[in-house]
Amino acid sequence: MASLWRYLLGGLGLAALLAGVLAVVYLTAPHAPQPSSDVGRSKTTANKLFVATFEPEKGVIRQGELESWLLTLNTVHGAPVEGAAITISGGMPQHKHGLPTSPQATDYLGAGRYRIDGVKFTMSGWWQLHFAISAAAGSDTVVFNVVL
Amino acid sequence: MSRFSSLLVLVVVAVLAGWGRPEFSDAERQTIASLALSRLPPLKPDTTNRFADVPAAAALGSTLFFDTGMSGDGTVSCSTCHKIDRQFQDDLPQAIGVGRTNRRTMPLAGVAHDPWFFWDGRRDSLWAQALTPLENPLEQAGNRAAFAHYIKARFGERYERIFGPLSDLSSVPANASPLGTDAEKAAWNAMPASQAEEVNRVFANIGKAIAAFERSIAPPQTRFDRFAIDVAAGAEPKGDAAFSPEEILGLKLFIGKANCVTCHNGPRFTDGSFHNTGVPPVAGLPPDRGRVDAVRQVEADPFNCFGAFRDGDASACRELRFMVKAGPELVRAYKTPSLRGAATRPPYMHAGQFSSLDEVVAHYSKAPASVEGTSEIHPLQLSDRERAALVAFLKTLAE
Ligand SMILES: [Cu+2]
Repeated sequence: MASLWRYLLGGLGLAALLAGVLAVVYLTAPHAPQPSSDVGRSKTTANKLFVATFEPEKGVIRQGELESWLLTLNTVHGAPVEGAAITISGGMPQHKHGLPTSPQATDYLGAGRYRIDGVKFTMSGWWQLHFAISAAAGSDTVVFNVVL
Repeated sequence: MSRFSSLLVLVVVAVLAGWGRPEFSDAERQTIASLALSRLPPLKPDTTNRFADVPAAAALGSTLFFDTGMSGDGTVSCSTCHKIDRQFQDDLPQAIGVGRTNRRTMPLAGVAHDPWFFWDGRRDSLWAQALTPLENPLEQAGNRAAFAHYIKARFGERYERIFGPLSDLSSVPANASPLGTDAEKAAWNAMPASQAEEVNRVFANIGKAIAAFERSIAPPQTRFDRFAIDVAAGAEPKGDAAFSPEEILGLKLFIGKANCVTCHNGPRFTDGSFHNTGVPPVAGLPPDRGRVDAVRQVEADPFNCFGAFRDGDASACRELRFMVKAGPELVRAYKTPSLRGAATRPPYMHAGQFSSLDEVVAHYSKAPASVEGTSEIHPLQLSDRERAALVAFLKTLAE
């Protein structure tokens, strides 16, 4: 019986050592950019000028389809932002390539809502869309993560 | 029950439950299902070509596709390079029409699902694509005035039943085109605008008829698809649908470590987009910069979606409208080809650079730098066994 305990303890010790080694390797390994856990569809812009919401116009994302999305802009006080100039860029940070299309803000739909047309996600993985927004209140930027 | 027989029961249960069938994670199973032909959506209507789904137009298109009269010297048709018994390609590194071109003939199965045409996407519709070889001096080497005369003389009645009355072409020069020889260009420029417009309309309709025919060319079901349907349903693939251990390893690499599925995704095994993968140029061919030059060409094409010969409204032109027009990523970027049937149609790449799948897989494993621009792929260090497994898997897409 004593020898069985000894083996068990030995096993536990080895497991702990392995876990320690793995932890050190993991913590010191160079890290590729990771998809931010931040996949929220609504966020405050970088300089806190606007609250932006970005969502697919049809509610679902279909890979490989040219789709329109809606960007809704409000001031931090909740007033809709009208007459904004919006430019869009982005890509896949882990693949180091840009967007396969050039999405544009094509229509103002009222109530701070802008149609962003020409969005296409050709691959599964982590995509980023960067918006540069210019309106009466000033200019600001916001980044949305989309994971397919 | 003795301890030994319980153990035996456990082993038997385990064998029945999993060991006899390929083991895939849920994520792998989902990816495999996403590649099955049964997931291919039905062809979308092409509103820019109101004859796209008109059977009489497809029938005329098929006649024109195989007609060597549709060339400058009467010897070349679409089917010269797009051979019906060879997956609509010609097995040559570079296509040979009236002359030798600088690009590999693309197969046509499922082509109507593409947003862009040719290796570099220099046309934005199937009908605009079909027009281009007709006037390329290395392909069919004709000119649009001659084609209009030929259609009227040879297929006038069939044409008019589909597209409406043909105007009197008796004052149209025998040979004229804005893209032809100097004499053809001069003849074209001397034509009244209304006459040029009429010739262009007949020419566009030739493309629309050929496109209607090409829409019917669909990829066939393969061993992979029978395998994938079973895997997706959680059933055990049987008979020829069952994969060998090597084919399973190849599939796992394809959708895993080798990252092939990043670009070769969906039921057609293509993302329909353009990538620089460091494929070397071919010595002796003219400079070829891929997509970066094609964006100018498609913008300048009078038969593009924004042009006067589109049917329907401009809402169909979103691919062209939202096209990426500039950027270093377009340099030497070429369209991701479908891998369906690829195993039985060497050579590979946009100018037939590689003569076997082994060479293709070796290229992607090694990932050399591009001669111009930046390759998107990274070295994989695949073993001999892994490269052979990838090739074995690719063969299941051609059986
Ligand atoms: Cu990517």
